[in-house]
Amino acid sequence: MFGLKADWSLDVQDRYFTIEDYEGAQPRWCTGCGDHGVLTAVQKVCREAQLAPEKIVNVSGIGCSSRLPHYMKTYGFHGLHGRALPFASGIKARRPDLDVWVSTGDGDCFSIGGCHWIHGIRYNIDMVVLVFDNAIYGLTKNQTSPTTPKDYGTSTHPSGSFLPSMNPLTITLGITNVSFVAQVVDWNPLLVYETIKMAHAHRGTSFVRIIQRCPVFVEDIHKGMVDDPSQILLLKHENGIPTNEAVERIYPNQVEHDPSDWMGAMAIARDESKVPCGLLYHDPAAPVYDDWSNVGMGMSDEEKIAGVNKALDSFSI
Amino acid sequence: MTKQATAQKSNVAEISAGKPKRIEEHIIEVVSDSGEGAQKCGQTFGTVSGKMGNGVWTVEIIPAEIQPPARSKEGASGVRIRLGSKYVTNMGDQADLVVAFNEQVLYNRIVNGAFRKGTVVLLENKWAEDPQPAIREQYAAALADFKERGLVIHELPFEKECLKIVKNARKGKNMFVLGMLCRIYSRDTQRALDEIAKAFARKGEKVIKPNHELFKAGYQYAAENLEYHYEVLPEKEGVQSPTIVTNGNTAIGLGVLASGMDCLAMYPITPATSASHYLADVFHLTGGFMHQAEDEIAAAAYAVGSSYSGKTAVTITSGPGMALKTEILGLAVMCEVPLVVVNVQRGGPATGQPTKIEQGDLLSAIYSMPGDAPKIVMAPATISECFHFVITARKLAEAFRTPVIILTDANLATAVQPYDRPDPQAEWLAAPIDQSEWDKNIPPYDWDDETGLSPRPIPGQPGGEYVLTGLAHTKRSKVAYDSMSNQIGCNMRSRKISAVAATLQRPEIYGDKEGDILVVSWGSTMGAVQEAVDRMRADGHKVSNVHLRFLHPFEKDLKEIFSKFKKVMTVELNYSDEPDMPLVSDATRRYAQLANILRHQTLVDIDCWSIVQAAPLQPGVICEAVLGRLKKLN
Repeated sequence: MFGLKADWSLDVQDRYFTIEDYEGAQPRWCTGCGDHGVLTAVQKVCREAQLAPEKIVNVSGIGCSSRLPHYMKTYGFHGLHGRALPFASGIKARRPDLDVWVSTGDGDCFSIGGCHWIHGIRYNIDMVVLVFDNAIYGLTKNQTSPTTPKDYGTSTHPSGSFLPSMNPLTITLGITNVSFVAQVVDWNPLLVYETIKMAHAHRGTSFVRIIQRCPVFVEDIHKGMVDDPSQILLLKHENGIPTNEAVERIYPNQVEHDPSDWMGAMAIARDESKVPCGLLYHDPAAPVYDDWSNVGMGMSDEEKIAGVNKALDSFSI
Repeated sequence: MTKQATAQKSNVAEISAGKPKRIEEHIIEVVSDSGEGAQKCGQTFGTVSGKMGNGVWTVEIIPAEIQPPARSKEGASGVRIRLGSKYVTNMGDQADLVVAFNEQVLYNRIVNGAFRKGTVVLLENKWAEDPQPAIREQYAAALADFKERGLVIHELPFEKECLKIVKNARKGKNMFVLGMLCRIYSRDTQRALDEIAKAFARKGEKVIKPNHELFKAGYQYAAENLEYHYEVLPEKEGVQSPTIVTNGNTAIGLGVLASGMDCLAMYPITPATSASHYLADVFHLTGGFMHQAEDEIAAAAYAVGSSYSGKTAVTITSGPGMALKTEILGLAVMCEVPLVVVNVQRGGPATGQPTKIEQGDLLSAIYSMPGDAPKIVMAPATISECFHFVITARKLAEAFRTPVIILTDANLATAVQPYDRPDPQAEWLAAPIDQSEWDKNIPPYDWDDETGLSPRPIPGQPGGEYVLTGLAHTKRSKVAYDSMSNQIGCNMRSRKISAVAATLQRPEIYGDKEGDILVVSWGSTMGAVQEAVDRMRADGHKVSNVHLRFLHPFEKDLKEIFSKFKKVMTVELNYSDEPDMPLVSDATRRYAQLANILRHQTLVDIDCWSIVQAAPLQPGVICEAVLGRLKKLN
């Protein structure tokens, strides 16, 4: 009845959260690291959605990006190399009330956590997965990652890495039951914010690859992209990531892409001459694993005991 | 009882008129190719006997492959049943009577020491006239060999008799054999017919009827053609108190239900998987969820995640899975996340012997993690304890904020026994999660100085927000950059184990409190060890047993208990050097796993005897080993 309750009182929120309510420890990432901007965007999205901090769990693996939970004033789970997704899946399994966010990196997700990446996408559990892809192992100091460009010199491949870099977009798109794939560059705060906001609004696993600068080890990999916006391909669509005039003025290469068009998404992902930025694929109807894992919750002790007795009786002699 | 059933009973009663020989116990085996239903035959026989009030222990004989080649030595599939007047606690020694569907599978049992001179073998005889000359030759050669080995062979036409009733004897032979065994051991035929009807209830009368006929034909055949006719009278007729019959893996599953756990995360691995199969079938009865993860690591991580979120979780696996889960369990120790881990041990290392028993994971359960990773390790000794230990483990995990590893093994997993039906209690169930406001002044690891214990904030509790981290951390769960925080964290986690130890009782001594040899055992070997101790004591030897259920930390007063015996030795199913092996000296001898820990914990010169021969221990073999040690002592 026009926002009024039966007792004629107004529906006023009793708690209002500001950015400070989500701010944890002072970030210890390097100056100029792309992670700072992503953290700010995550905090803004939380505030925008007015998420109760105690209902948020930030889960991570190991690496620079995986320090993010420490910088949020929410519950956090800073786990083990590569295992963020199965930890997060377990956290969400029987707690649909929790808002689960995963921060992971190119080494953490695409290499040591590769198996969990594939299956995590397939489970399509309701969570946001932010992959901070800086194309290098940072925290362990400058080793080749799956997305390090071919011939790029690192501590483990001083004469240049042997293999062509992995394409995480085509792989993710190729996994059955994928429901949300977006890519963004860390140096456009508006796009980062809008992308994460949309990822959070999606029910299912929202996979966001963030091309992220590492000024300490691989500054030159991303410098070209930052200096020459024509290397970016901006994806536009009414169902895609919202853009504005300012953004559109920066990136001369743009394409209309319907995120429900999987073949189109795959074609864009395959073309490595440009770095696509926007929502590649979105299927809000993909089955969500939570719908199975939440079944049976809230049974009373009496019901449970009756269940145990039933099970025991089937073995009675 | 229907009119028809009454008619059946009277018919059968007439045949049973001859007077059977009364015996205390017998060990019976049914061995066949895989898929011929020997296990169903044996389990039905066991259930009928359990209902009559007999002591029963049945154990499956399982080949490693799903469809091993027919008539192969390695492919033996079947069941062993130990039937007694009294309560039976283990599979016993060599078999008294064996039913075999072909002669080749018997070799598997022979190499496993399952038979003795005089073991009676009822053998399918159709192979003697097989169209293939090679098979006829194999059969003839084996027969001659069996006679030389002292087996008493009776060649019988199972197949031919079954074909009088059904078109495919492969599908019915097991019920024919069940009928034979029920006649030989004077089983209650009505109970057997009821069990058959129950087993095929889903398939309807169309299937029940021919199986009933096969059963009756087998019964009649044995009555008319076999001289063997025994009576194994139960001490008390019928079931005395509410009783259930399950194997150990099902008992684990029932324990998970009764402990009110929310979540099982698993990955398929033999011989643990049947526990998860069972839960997949029934977990909905208590509202639980089973997650089949993409790998063993993910299964453990999922369970830890769920537990972190306040829900109780278990992961069930076997040795190779434990190896993979190691890093996750280390995190659970470091971050003090409660978790129940069931390891149904099999032979190792690597893939080892998937379907066979070994107690080889004790040391790795306690020590496999990098750094100092104290946790609780316990081992049920019986199938009934498989049930109750899960409930205890969940409570310990939560009270002490730690992983608890339950070590069972392939013997407990597949052995079937009647035991007291548990009476589920509300206090066995996990409490609902606390979502009340958390006092911000209390850190997430508010360690009690004396016990190391601390309460745990659960996501959703306002004011409790903290970031769990696998890195060394302070009591506020902040990454430790100073030198003392790691020391304090290690102290506190270790202190919890001392606190657990302080709650444990002194273990009971089986036999006299002092004597020549004290045999120390753990896990599934208890029944066989105690039976061996009984036999040795009956012969006047001063031998006792202490069976340990807590392996980390240990139960109380072990050193004091040990001090009353001239010699203390463990009997285990894992590898150890015998003192007389080449190049083995006091300085280099590698001890069995429990002996190893007991030696350093108690500084007592504890001896050990252990084998890794892919089978449960026979009491007779234990007697031989212990008496050998006794001889050297005196």
